[in-house]
Amino acid sequence: MSALLEVRSVTAGYGDFQALFDVSLEVEEGELLALVGANGAGKSTILRTMTGTLSPMTGSVWFDGEDVTSLGDDARARRGISLVPEGRRMFPSLTIEENLRVGAATRRTGPWDLDAVFDMIPLLRDRRRRPAATLSGGEQQAVAIGRALMGNPRVLLMDEVSLGLAPVVVEQIYESLPSIRAGGITVVLVEQDLSRSFAVADEMACILEGRVALRGPVKSLTRDEVTAAYFGTSTEGAS
Amino acid sequence: MNWVNAILQGVMLGGIFAIAASGLSLVYGVMRIANLAHGDLMVLGGYVAAMSAISYGVPVVITIPVSMVVLGVVGWLVQRMVLDRALRLEEMTPILVTFGLSVIIPNVLVELFTNNSKPLSIGSLGTASLDLGGGLTVGWFPLITFVLAVVVLSALHVFLRRTQSGRILRATSDDPSTVRLMGVDSRRVYATATVIAFATVALAGTLYTMKQGGITPFEGRLTVLFAFEAVIIGGLGSVWGTLIGGITLGVAQAVGAEISPDLPLLVGHLVFLTVLAVRPQGILGRSSLA
Amino acid sequence: MSAVQQQDVPGATGAATTIAVSRGGPGARVGLGVAALLVVLLAALPYLMPPGTTSALVKLFYLITLASMWNMLAGYAGMVSIGQQAYIGLGAYGVFVVNDTGMNVWSGTVVVTLAIALIAWPVSYLAFRLRGGYFAVGTWVLAEVARLIVIRFDSLGAGQGRSLDSITEDPLLRRAYTYWLALAVMVVAVLTVYGVLRSRFGLDMQATRDEEVAAQSLGVQVTRAKRLVFILTAAGCAAAGAVICISSLGVADPDAIFGVQYSAFMIFMVVIGGIGTVEGPVVGALLYFILDEYLSQSGVWYLVVLGVAAIVIALYLPRGLWGTFAHRTGFAVFAIRHRVTARS
Repeated sequence: MSALLEVRSVTAGYGDFQALFDVSLEVEEGELLALVGANGAGKSTILRTMTGTLSPMTGSVWFDGEDVTSLGDDARARRGISLVPEGRRMFPSLTIEENLRVGAATRRTGPWDLDAVFDMIPLLRDRRRRPAATLSGGEQQAVAIGRALMGNPRVLLMDEVSLGLAPVVVEQIYESLPSIRAGGITVVLVEQDLSRSFAVADEMACILEGRVALRGPVKSLTRDEVTAAYFGTSTEGAS
Repeated sequence: MNWVNAILQGVMLGGIFAIAASGLSLVYGVMRIANLAHGDLMVLGGYVAAMSAISYGVPVVITIPVSMVVLGVVGWLVQRMVLDRALRLEEMTPILVTFGLSVIIPNVLVELFTNNSKPLSIGSLGTASLDLGGGLTVGWFPLITFVLAVVVLSALHVFLRRTQSGRILRATSDDPSTVRLMGVDSRRVYATATVIAFATVALAGTLYTMKQGGITPFEGRLTVLFAFEAVIIGGLGSVWGTLIGGITLGVAQAVGAEISPDLPLLVGHLVFLTVLAVRPQGILGRSSLA
Repeated sequence: MSAVQQQDVPGATGAATTIAVSRGGPGARVGLGVAALLVVLLAALPYLMPPGTTSALVKLFYLITLASMWNMLAGYAGMVSIGQQAYIGLGAYGVFVVNDTGMNVWSGTVVVTLAIALIAWPVSYLAFRLRGGYFAVGTWVLAEVARLIVIRFDSLGAGQGRSLDSITEDPLLRRAYTYWLALAVMVVAVLTVYGVLRSRFGLDMQATRDEEVAAQSLGVQVTRAKRLVFILTAAGCAAAGAVICISSLGVADPDAIFGVQYSAFMIFMVVIGGIGTVEGPVVGALLYFILDEYLSQSGVWYLVVLGVAAIVIALYLPRGLWGTFAHRTGFAVFAIRHRVTARS
């Protein structure tokens, strides 16, 4: 079965700085792939090449059997790749409801509309007219996820959604993942926290210094293997 | 009574300034482009209206939508062909480009039409006035332009607040790179903003021409300053601020004219500089679009 | 002048590599030498050429002055102004003011320049409240205010302009003095731009231009540097304005001396010549001067052509004519960039 989303032999970077070295990854439809790795390993860069925000220097990106490498991020969003960006990126002068509605600009049809999002996160319904700039970190993250869902994507990319949030809030976000995936959405999750990743992911890829150090189904990977790949130490002779 | 009448006149005059300024404010809010050719576009709108009446016998009232449509199309072309590229280069490129346009437009007009005023007459409406009692009168035409200003700004407000296009415009103004993640092609957003801006500036220019009885090529040099001053006085990012800014400027100029016929411009500029010194964010100023 | 600093750096193979940091190579030395020679030649011109030629050159000199000033403000400090005509006009009218006190116009020009610099200082506080395109328009408003205030003074001719009739030297001498004044103003202006840019200020300002927030976080005194440039530019434009007034024996039309077309010409010269280099504005001024001499008879179409050319170059050749050439060849007469070469 060919993968829904694929990066093939991608090298990418920022100016003179090369962040990714010949990275290849496949994501099958309906699965949740966790990208783990230390700060600066290149996880967010991989997401950016997937959404089209960053153009790879070499290699290609494939979505649903189509080469989308030359498409910009707005075109890919219309095809069904939605990103929950790092740092939430609210539109500060818009209200919660308006932020969510802008998410529907992809004009894609699907189960996610304003009511569906409010059903999943009731606290947003209560505060729908609040300007997004006045929200707490957790509320903003909820809006960011809801906004991405409003685009009715086939692939949802989530970039460090737990960053800077209280553990309780992070719990709630991770608890909502099953209902997000219920519609068959494919999820790629960038996460630094290994335990959480193990808990929710089907597949895991460990990124180290711009390369895929380890890849496989979560069931068949041991904690030690992943930790070693995370830090770049060898598993042999580990105490 | 002269003073009150003068102030009333100023308020009405502010209507035209406000319509002119709204397009400027919109383009700046969405694209961060300060369109230095704005005044010349007003003049262009006036010329389209005047020439359509003179050469094509278009009824005077219809010259307004004609001018708005023509300039709307011009705006779309300018955005696609020139401004889109300018936006991708240095921060100062759009300023240079719009300034270049502000040199090209009036000089082309003067070569085509000479410096003589091209007339656009509204007949008796220009002098008809409404007696408000107590010695107060207000001209019908200024009253109409003021009402139009309120209508246009309300429409703009509703558009920005209640339509998906308007929401997308405001989102683009906040964060152009994030809005792309939602499938929005920024070029279309910019084109929409520019078309709206050019159409409103055409309206302002046509009304201005009607008020003056005619239009000459280099008047854009004056009107661009008025439009900018109205925006700054009222406050960047506020639709209603633009109206207040326009009114403030109109009143300042009218009061100046009452004191002495050679003072309206100076008083207007000094009020602007005072607001800049004392309350730089403007009367209703915010940092966002609406 | 071209201080070369050398350092030995251990290379990958263990052999030491010499890193040299210099300002401009032999090409720059030759270029500067030629420029100096040119100035000497120009200074001698009143003895060699008829007054008609030198008078025409006066225009070229003040054009170069204006272009260099605008370039310093926009190209290095990142501030686009369309209101420099304020200082041109104030400089021109300032000549009347100092002349009325009995001072001769030659030293009067220096006084006027300093006076305008002093005025520009508080003005900068007002102007800096605006950014980008709004700053540009703000400068225009200030120019309008200057004009409107100046024409209220009958002693300055009100709206009709005024002539300068108190120069006592005989016409030939006067024209020579005017020429040398214009030459001196130009040389000082260009050297000032060169000196400012070479110094720490130059680096400060380029950092400002490229990324103000980052520059601020580096502890660079952004605002102070900008203010200095603002004041220097105003002073330079005032000096040019004084030259204009003296060479035309007065101001014929206040609307013209305070006119926004000066800004238009300055922008054209710098954009077409090349923003950001010391030589670019000189090239642009030369080009404009030649075009103006030949094309101004054909009506205002040449302004349209100039406007179109400026737009096309701003969009497709953003470094300008000289700038693109200098970038490709690395050549500079007035070298301000640091060059790092490695020799092993």
